[in-house]
Amino acid sequence: MNTEVPVPHGLPTERDNGPFNPHSLTARLREARPLSRMVFPDGHEGWMVTGHEVTRQLLADPRFSSRMDLDILHMPIELPGQGEMTEPIPQQPGMFVRMDPPDHTRLRGMLTGVFTVKRMRLLEEHIIQLVERQLDELARLTPPVDLVREFTLPVPSLAICELLGVPYEDRDDFQSKTSRSMDLKLPMEERLAVAMESAEYMSGLVRRKRTEPGDDLLSDLARRDDVSDEELVGIGQLLLGAGHETTANMLALGTFALLRHPEQLADLRANPELMQGAVEELMRFLSIADIGVRYATEDLELAGETIAKGSSVGVSLLAANHDPAKFDNPDTLDIRRNARGHVAFGHGIHQCLGQQLARVEMRAGFEGLLRRFPSLALAIPAEDVKLRTDMQIYGVHELPVTWDEVAR
Amino acid sequence: MRLSADRDTCVGAGMCVLTAPEVFDQDDEQGRVVILDPGVVDERAEAVREAAVLCPAAALTVTED
Repeated sequence: MNTEVPVPHGLPTERDNGPFNPHSLTARLREARPLSRMVFPDGHEGWMVTGHEVTRQLLADPRFSSRMDLDILHMPIELPGQGEMTEPIPQQPGMFVRMDPPDHTRLRGMLTGVFTVKRMRLLEEHIIQLVERQLDELARLTPPVDLVREFTLPVPSLAICELLGVPYEDRDDFQSKTSRSMDLKLPMEERLAVAMESAEYMSGLVRRKRTEPGDDLLSDLARRDDVSDEELVGIGQLLLGAGHETTANMLALGTFALLRHPEQLADLRANPELMQGAVEELMRFLSIADIGVRYATEDLELAGETIAKGSSVGVSLLAANHDPAKFDNPDTLDIRRNARGHVAFGHGIHQCLGQQLARVEMRAGFEGLLRRFPSLALAIPAEDVKLRTDMQIYGVHELPVTWDEVAR
Repeated sequence: MRLSADRDTCVGAGMCVLTAPEVFDQDDEQGRVVILDPGVVDERAEAVREAAVLCPAAALTVTED
């Protein structure tokens, strides 16, 4: 075991080893040991997890908290423009992703029945139709076009708006707010201010759902008397943000990855029954939601090390998903591999609530796009595709594509 | 092989249903794990073991006889 890797001072967000691989520093850390010491960019002496098995252990251990209001939760990546955090961040009602049990259990429990495998299968035919309508619109355009703007963002956005009962006409406004609140280049104060603005938008919507409930998820929640208006706002913001930002980037970066691996793309086109496995492999390979962090609520042991109470522990889901101890040739995209066991949706009690919806959207999205556009190609050199190394969710800012024929 | 599911621990992620659909389902109310057919647990032993490993909340326990 190589013990010569120096203790890093924060993790880089840029990609020095191609758009799809972990940064070489993260890979070197993982080669040395799955759990390493790390000096966080603000000087905090904490830990970083890069190995697959330790990632699972960390995320499944309830002694590691997701709360940001207990203490200062240090960020493993450099956030330009953001001063050192000096205070814990107060809990926002409804934001159960930043809660521990029993609060997390109560709020997530109100939603899990809606996102089951069965419920999402019932929705599948509808999502397929929604994808086809968006592809019809795409086909009417004259290439080159930006696939993010015309396809990969509208599809999940339409789906989550319908499910939640958010007017789709409002999307430009809330999408720009979500994207600004996730822009790592902006000062934290500005990001928090934008989050407040989107809370105001959601607050108006929640008031309407309370008085005139319709046939949608927010209305169903608004009919309950065991959830406050503030909690409804937080839940709405969380699901709306998570529902379009993540899948949009999976569809766009996934398309970019397939176009960069023509033999894999050809195999998938020729064998559509591979789609389900291909989606899992793209999830593993791309891990668009990479960096997470947890707070040690007591002195505890992890992977043979003693983690002191009060430590922040960063985790790279991308590094874990590219761990050769779990996946053979992990830096290779192989749609025929068994990628199950990847941690792209996280692990533990916070594992993505919307994962079955995401799977349905990705299967329908990739299947429709590849079938309707058999000659889909990048319209600019691959090196010029703008990568989202400056955003909380990785992907591409734009994906200019072209084609010369459209199939039915 | 014996299989048990802790519905209090379950967070409704649905990994078990994806992995062994003949064995597992989720209830409509809270999306929590339901063992559909205990009779096929041995037949689907490999998938059941995998589901137990994949479960994010460690709600499934497999005991080998």
